[in-house]
Amino acid sequence: MNYSMDFSFITKYADLYLTGTRNTIMLALLAVLIGVVIGLGLALMRRSRFKLVKFVAAAYIEFVRGTPLLVQLFIIFYGLPVITGMRFPDFVAGVIALSLNSAAYVAEIIRAGLQSVDRGQMEAARSLGMTHQTAMRYIIIPQAFKNILPALGNEFIVVIKESAIVSVIGIYEIMRSANIVRGITYRPFEPLIVAALIYFVLTFTLSNLLGIAERRMRASDSH
Amino acid sequence: MIHIKNLHKKFGDLHVLKGINEEIQQGEVVVVIGPSGSGKSTFLRCLNLLEEPTEGEILFNGVSITDKHNNINRQREKMGMVFQQFNLFPHKTVLQNITLAPIQVKQMKAAEAEEVAYGLLKRIGLLDKAKAYPKQLSGGQQQRIAIARALAMSPKVMLFDEPTSSLDPEMVGEVLDVMRELAAEGMTMVVVTHEMGFARQVGSRVLFMDEGLIVEENTPQAIFNEPQHPRTKDFLGKILRSFE
Repeated sequence: MNYSMDFSFITKYADLYLTGTRNTIMLALLAVLIGVVIGLGLALMRRSRFKLVKFVAAAYIEFVRGTPLLVQLFIIFYGLPVITGMRFPDFVAGVIALSLNSAAYVAEIIRAGLQSVDRGQMEAARSLGMTHQTAMRYIIIPQAFKNILPALGNEFIVVIKESAIVSVIGIYEIMRSANIVRGITYRPFEPLIVAALIYFVLTFTLSNLLGIAERRMRASDSH
Repeated sequence: MIHIKNLHKKFGDLHVLKGINEEIQQGEVVVVIGPSGSGKSTFLRCLNLLEEPTEGEILFNGVSITDKHNNINRQREKMGMVFQQFNLFPHKTVLQNITLAPIQVKQMKAAEAEEVAYGLLKRIGLLDKAKAYPKQLSGGQQQRIAIARALAMSPKVMLFDEPTSSLDPEMVGEVLDVMRELAAEGMTMVVVTHEMGFARQVGSRVLFMDEGLIVEENTPQAIFNEPQHPRTKDFLGKILRSFE
């Protein structure tokens, strides 16, 4: 093997990577935030008394979790303009695809979180005359939150990694910047290593932060 | 005060309550005993609609709580409930556990609710635990707090669902003492329990349930000394023998 590694391009193209990294973080953050809103809606729909509402949410979640993100991305990217007659910026299409995907996973996270709260908590709250809504707000959701938060952090990490896929529709994030650098420098390999390292630094930092937050929460739990 | 007419409850194919007719008067301490699976907890949980009856009617102070248009939250305010597993809110302090419902449900001012709470804590001898969290307390202490939490709503009747069944033996006494005091003050109580001593001393009436029906009811003296029904005799025979 007479291929010699050369990372000298880094100084020259650092800006490209930096912009890509910024966009990746933006993409993932927006996707998870919107995903949480939609996911909460789906989770509540799954708890609905109405069978049809329940079914729609369950069907959506199953479908999204059972199909590749790449297919979903293309459906949004090519399908949305056809259906709506509007042209969306690539970035927006990417955010929509990632959030609709993430929403399904977030819905399951929230559902599991709500389910983890002991049934007796709702009964005790209701026995005191609280409405279902009041009990959810003051008793169930605050307790579910402690289980939901770490899982949401993990979801954020997952979305950061999965967001690489939107480079195929030309969104300028980490993966895309690596491909651009590969094109300019004719070095097929090294720019990818740099991209991988950036992803790793992002996710590793995040998961450590999460670990600290989780330990704090557990500490405050055992007063 | 509580009028139960032809109460049935089914869980799927399981017929748990098979037609219960009962009237609970103000000031009574009604103790419900019976083998496990006899439906006594389900019966109690029907009284504040934690379980929805499959059939029959329940009147509370003349209002049909089983009526579809009735807002059960109104009556639940006046029916305190104490659970086998305490069910205190673990993310709230003892004080917050007691004041939450008065503030959120009765729109009581926080200061007033705290005054009520401190009064109740003093009564059950746990004034120093106001700022503690449930996890820091023993089972007996938690159950006494749970009673205080229910009392903070000034209920007209208290429902107890095996309040001492998950306690270590040495803590049963402190909870029964609080209940005994409550009875002495004239609180209307419905108590599902295995504590025959409590039933005998504090109960004004004992209901014996078996297989979804009230098989026999009488004063504690009559039931414990001269049970009439063979199933009552059998049950009491087993239970009381194990105490000797």
